[in-house]
Amino acid sequence: MIRIVDRRLDSKNKSSVNRSRFIRRFKSQIKKAVSDAIDKSGIRDLAEGKRIGIPGKDINEPQFRTGQGGVREQVLPGNDRFTTGETFDRPQGQKGGRGSKASNEGEGEDDFVFTLTRDEFMEIFFEELALPNLVKRHLASITEFKRVRAGYSQTGVPTNINLIRTMRGAAGRRIAVGGPYAAKLRELEEELAQLLLNRGEGDPEVTRVRHEMLRLRARAESVPFIDSFDLRYNNHVRIAQPTTQAVMFCLMDISGSMDEEKKNIAKRFFTLLYLFLTRSYEHIDVVFIRHHTVAEEVDEENFFHSRETGGTVVSSALKLMRKVIDQRYASSLWNIYGAQASDGDNWLEDSVLCYQLLNEQILGLTQFYAYIEIAEDTPQNLWEEYEKVQMAHEGVFAMRRIKAVTDIYPVFHDLFKKRV
Amino acid sequence: MARKKIQPLPGGSEWSFDSIEAYDQAIGKIASNYGLECYPHLLEIISTEQMMDAYASIGMPVYYHHWSFGKQFLATEGRYKRGQMGLAYEIVINSDPCIAYLMEENTLPMQALVIAHAAYGHNSFFKGNHLFKQWTAANAIIDYLVFARNFIAECEERHGQDAVERLLDSCHAIMNLGVDRYKRAPKLSLAREQARQREREEYLQTQINQLWRTLPPQPEKDGQAEEKRFPAEPEENILYFIEKNAPLLEPWQREVIRIVRKIAQYFHPQRQTQVMNEGWATFWHYTLLNTLYDEGRVSDGFILEFLQSHTNVVYQPPYNSKWYSSINPYALGFAMWRDLRRICESPTNEDREWFPEVAGSDWRATFNFAMHNFKDESFIAQYLSPRLMRDFRFFSVVDDDHNPKLRVGPIHDDQGYQTLRQALSDQYNLGSREPNIQVWNMDRRGDRALTLRYFSYQRRPLHEDFTEVLDHVAHLWGFPVRLEEQTPSGEVNHLAEKRT
Repeated sequence: MIRIVDRRLDSKNKSSVNRSRFIRRFKSQIKKAVSDAIDKSGIRDLAEGKRIGIPGKDINEPQFRTGQGGVREQVLPGNDRFTTGETFDRPQGQKGGRGSKASNEGEGEDDFVFTLTRDEFMEIFFEELALPNLVKRHLASITEFKRVRAGYSQTGVPTNINLIRTMRGAAGRRIAVGGPYAAKLRELEEELAQLLLNRGEGDPEVTRVRHEMLRLRARAESVPFIDSFDLRYNNHVRIAQPTTQAVMFCLMDISGSMDEEKKNIAKRFFTLLYLFLTRSYEHIDVVFIRHHTVAEEVDEENFFHSRETGGTVVSSALKLMRKVIDQRYASSLWNIYGAQASDGDNWLEDSVLCYQLLNEQILGLTQFYAYIEIAEDTPQNLWEEYEKVQMAHEGVFAMRRIKAVTDIYPVFHDLFKKRV
Repeated sequence: MARKKIQPLPGGSEWSFDSIEAYDQAIGKIASNYGLECYPHLLEIISTEQMMDAYASIGMPVYYHHWSFGKQFLATEGRYKRGQMGLAYEIVINSDPCIAYLMEENTLPMQALVIAHAAYGHNSFFKGNHLFKQWTAANAIIDYLVFARNFIAECEERHGQDAVERLLDSCHAIMNLGVDRYKRAPKLSLAREQARQREREEYLQTQINQLWRTLPPQPEKDGQAEEKRFPAEPEENILYFIEKNAPLLEPWQREVIRIVRKIAQYFHPQRQTQVMNEGWATFWHYTLLNTLYDEGRVSDGFILEFLQSHTNVVYQPPYNSKWYSSINPYALGFAMWRDLRRICESPTNEDREWFPEVAGSDWRATFNFAMHNFKDESFIAQYLSPRLMRDFRFFSVVDDDHNPKLRVGPIHDDQGYQTLRQALSDQYNLGSREPNIQVWNMDRRGDRALTLRYFSYQRRPLHEDFTEVLDHVAHLWGFPVRLEEQTPSGEVNHLAEKRT
């Protein structure tokens, strides 16, 4: 008798249903904890799962039990100094002997802390957010097809014959076509029996009936077992699979006035946007354009970590963006998103140029363009010009001001919240 | 000596299926020599993730889905990954065949320990102890759990996840009050019921006295007008009462309540026999593996590794240690069974005085009797010896909230043994550990309100979250629910009322 069973290869995630139930049930608390977690820590940690805590009392499962008070007697081991009748003070800071109860759930009566997987985290994090104008060019680039089953057809290749359908049809046809002959035959048989009983063998009527029966049998047998129009084939159709691809332009001011902290804020914003886009598109290109007085396209490392001094000409970046779009991202095939971060410092004459560039050359091509200004003081001329752009391109262009790291999530949430 | 040459068992720390089987057979042979009666068992090798899964569903291989198990899983996973806890070595399921889980990470000596502990120790306890025999159907539990899971999944499809979840939440809240402590009288069969009714009729017929027919009807007495309570006797199984009597529940809701109730009932014996059961299993793994060693079939290294885990399991930190949380059931249980064997085999005068019937008796017979017929509280009340109380240096502390100071009660000395033992036994009495709440009345003619009564004991109040539990009861009942408190002197106070 074999009494050892190896279960190791059985499914491991028996609890995943219960786990998702738990998350579903405490969505609101978890959501709050998630946004807190975002405020506190860097976006880049999002790659792994995230430890979050929700208030322990919310997930408590109440039961009838006795509270503190009354008379209790408790037996303890390890007496080292007590004798019967002795009295002593209640130990401080310890709940009257019932301390072990609370630590059952791991974290005592404080928060219930657990780890969300990356997917769960993103799901909750981006819930209620939507990309504007997602569908506009959704089907723009159809490159792949997928074969899907689509019922049955009467034509096809032999490999696709569906036997069950075919035989079912054949059986039906045989009954329908052969049925009248069978009925007639039964009648004749009865008649023949009668005749034989009444008139005996040799009567011409008997011969006639016999003859008729022979003829009918031949007819019935000539109904084919299977006929070519019984054949049914599995039908497949090709359905276009849209490949969704997007390009995201990150534009950042790296002039002297953008210090590390501001860049860090910008980076978090870009990362959020990137994560968000990954949920909607299979393939995403990211183009990093940094600028001071001149703009250049760089890789991610240089984008975030180099620092240059000098003035600011925002339009240079916009021009470069347009150029890259023309060269590499013909807009009928790509969903284009732009995100620009700046401290709002710009040469006066240049801001007007930016307005023109956005208005005439860029916003027509993009799905969405977001501008965030990381500054604490009053808005400057760039902001004013961009406000005009926003008036003209409601829904495609959005701008917000960010003062501190903690503003990022609310601003992001605000920019992309579902509009009904 | 005409003995066969002894075949040593596989050594080393890596296990294989062959070596586990060899150990299982060797241990099984010794166990049957000792006269242990077990269900056939099944050893299942599982991974750590699966162990955590099993934790989340109270060890059962199948269970219905509920968020609270997800919470349990997340908590276990979190603590395990942070290294705050190791996973238990074993989980064993009281079923026929008895299922014992072996974790793949364990070394060979550990697997042998688990086999001896779970597959022979716990297993024989499940088979022998009267509570398990009376209250659990080992051969049906797995099938029942499958049924329960499918039924609840079907309910979710038909009535929505939220409705089912809400119902289960409420049932779980009073799960511990969903167990029978005494067998109900079996239902009369229809035939017998009819026969009895006929008998009654005939009897009444013979009692009719023509003389009385002319008397005018008597006005009802005052006391009679007052409605009789329903249930006539307080009902302690609240879930049962609700399942049978809640006016508005749908049939599927009653069935779900029944499922929770049945599962609570299944686990009830385990909660009543923790010390005995764990002690018994620990005693047997200790005895069985030591016998293997005495026969020379395992190496010194094996027995040392085993002893190290064993001593960890039965360690009892003293009350003032930072590791102390409560009395370790493994330690107390193991010590008690060992002590019982000592009393049988080499009793002292003190033992003869305390346990005249046990001292010097056949230890196997005494063990069987004790294992079959006791639960924690009675086992301690019966068999805890003065010597063990001295060894554990037990003492009791009385905490009376009317006194500013704590008072030391009986300790391990001549005057204290009896009362100390009683106090410890009481500590394992579920009846005094958990509040005694019963269904007192159901207002059948009025607003259909359900009245629960808390019979308080030693002035202990209910924990304040009873209002939340009451919400759940009201949800199940569908009409107002009241909670009263009755003190031992008979005084009744109204505690709370919930309307749906």
